[in-house]
Amino acid sequence: MDKLLQLLSENSSLSTEQLALMLGEPEDYIAAQIKEYENSGVIRGYRAVVNWDEVPDSGVMAMIELKVAPQLQKGFDDIAERILAYDQVESVYLMAGAYDLLLTVKGKTIQDVSAFVAKHLAAMEGILATATHFMLKRYKENGVSLVDTKKDGREMVI
Amino acid sequence: MDYTDKIAKSISTVKPSGIRRFFDIVNEMDHVISLSVGEPDFQTPWHVREAGIASLEKGKTWYTPNRGFKELCSEIVKFYKRKYNLTYDPLHECVVTVGGSEAIDIALRCLVTRGDEVLLPQPSFVCYEPLTIMAGATPVLIETKVEDNFRLTAAQIEEKITDRTKLLILPYPNNPTGAILEKEELEAIAEVVKKHDLMVLSDEIYSELTYGGKQHVSVASLDGMQERTVVINGFSKSYAMTGWRLGYALGPEPIIAMMVKLHQFCIMSAPTTAQYAAIEALRNGDSDIEAMRNEYDMRRRFVVGSLNDMGLTCFNPEGAFYCFPCIKSTGLSSEEFCTRLLQSKHVALVPGSAFGDCGEGYARLSYSYSIKHLTRAMELIREFLKELKDESNR
Repeated sequence: MDKLLQLLSENSSLSTEQLALMLGEPEDYIAAQIKEYENSGVIRGYRAVVNWDEVPDSGVMAMIELKVAPQLQKGFDDIAERILAYDQVESVYLMAGAYDLLLTVKGKTIQDVSAFVAKHLAAMEGILATATHFMLKRYKENGVSLVDTKKDGREMVI
Repeated sequence: MDYTDKIAKSISTVKPSGIRRFFDIVNEMDHVISLSVGEPDFQTPWHVREAGIASLEKGKTWYTPNRGFKELCSEIVKFYKRKYNLTYDPLHECVVTVGGSEAIDIALRCLVTRGDEVLLPQPSFVCYEPLTIMAGATPVLIETKVEDNFRLTAAQIEEKITDRTKLLILPYPNNPTGAILEKEELEAIAEVVKKHDLMVLSDEIYSELTYGGKQHVSVASLDGMQERTVVINGFSKSYAMTGWRLGYALGPEPIIAMMVKLHQFCIMSAPTTAQYAAIEALRNGDSDIEAMRNEYDMRRRFVVGSLNDMGLTCFNPEGAFYCFPCIKSTGLSSEEFCTRLLQSKHVALVPGSAFGDCGEGYARLSYSYSIKHLTRAMELIREFLKELKDESNR
């Protein structure tokens, strides 16, 4: 895998200067690489990994499985694109297995999410079944453990 | 009770480690950003831990054979063949020890005694000098210099040889400088060793951590050197297994036989669980080493680049996970520099003088920390240098 992308995907706050030092490449080369990734759409954005469990009133999160009737020629793409247009929808994946689409959806309250499922998703043409799972606790988010204490377990020994 | 006369002079007269003294100060403080520990920040790879756990679940909690499990010795020998092209007999030329440290201790006690001189390059890890003294022999220090990239030269060895010289310690890749020795230098050193009929103790604990395309060369692999060398290595640094306490020595059968004899009386056998885990590490751990090495390498470039940029000239380390910046430009001694950096910015480095008098003017910085941690530490060191400068301009 591209080392630059790997580093940025782990920590997008690294400066081009730091990245240049770490990768042993000139800074302007790194800057140009990043620009290129941004322009070509490989890099779509930079966000903080937030542990929402520690933020009061940050709302609820649900994973929703959808069974979908695929459309002729278009498969699942059309319906996926209709779903991703909703602001409540954080992510949409096409899956292999017992169901077709997997969404993560956020809302202020459980009622909020339930209403979204009932009124919008379940009612959408082509959606055969939904299964909503509310998230109770986050242990790991985007590759970052949320349970580790920051403390360095190493002792000061010679 | 006054214990002065009760305690053996041989140990009470040994100087305590300079690192220890400094760590005692660090331990008193809260919120220290440490760059001072000498062990990997990685945890032991999970499949290796799992092998240890599985052995416990099966109730394998007995002693192992004195020299270590045959299976482990055989994997160690395969590792040395695969990596450094050396051939050893697993049954007679290998002993598994409690860390590399025990191997160093018993090798010294089996090779030298009262009246013998041991050549020891410095700056180097703190244990060689006291253990040589405890073995009854006399350490003869050789100062390696930054202008030689902290590499030991054949000429420096030749200068210190007397008719009592018996052993040369080769601690490369080196803690604290990060220096390595390459084949050409080793060949020149090997000639001197053979000419004067010396033995070599080659501490290769950092052998897997070399950078910039440089591969570790074991002195034992050079012509006529295997019979004159006791190689010491272990699992702590390469597989991030410090707490398992497992190392080993490889060498000529008559010497290893003596080491096993000593080891069986003082240790019995190295930790059983650790030996099971180590078998798994050697069998399936090459890619773990590779991943950790790549990560260290990135940090190394980052730290060395940052230090040079802020005006602390730093020799480019090619091994281990330390860099050894020169702090002479600040006008402070190593100890003053580290103490003031600790007090003013809560950043802990180790004074170079802890690794021998010739380490004065330097500080050891371990980059066995996350980039985030290192970034913060570099910012603080930069601020500290600026404050020192402002102070002297006042």
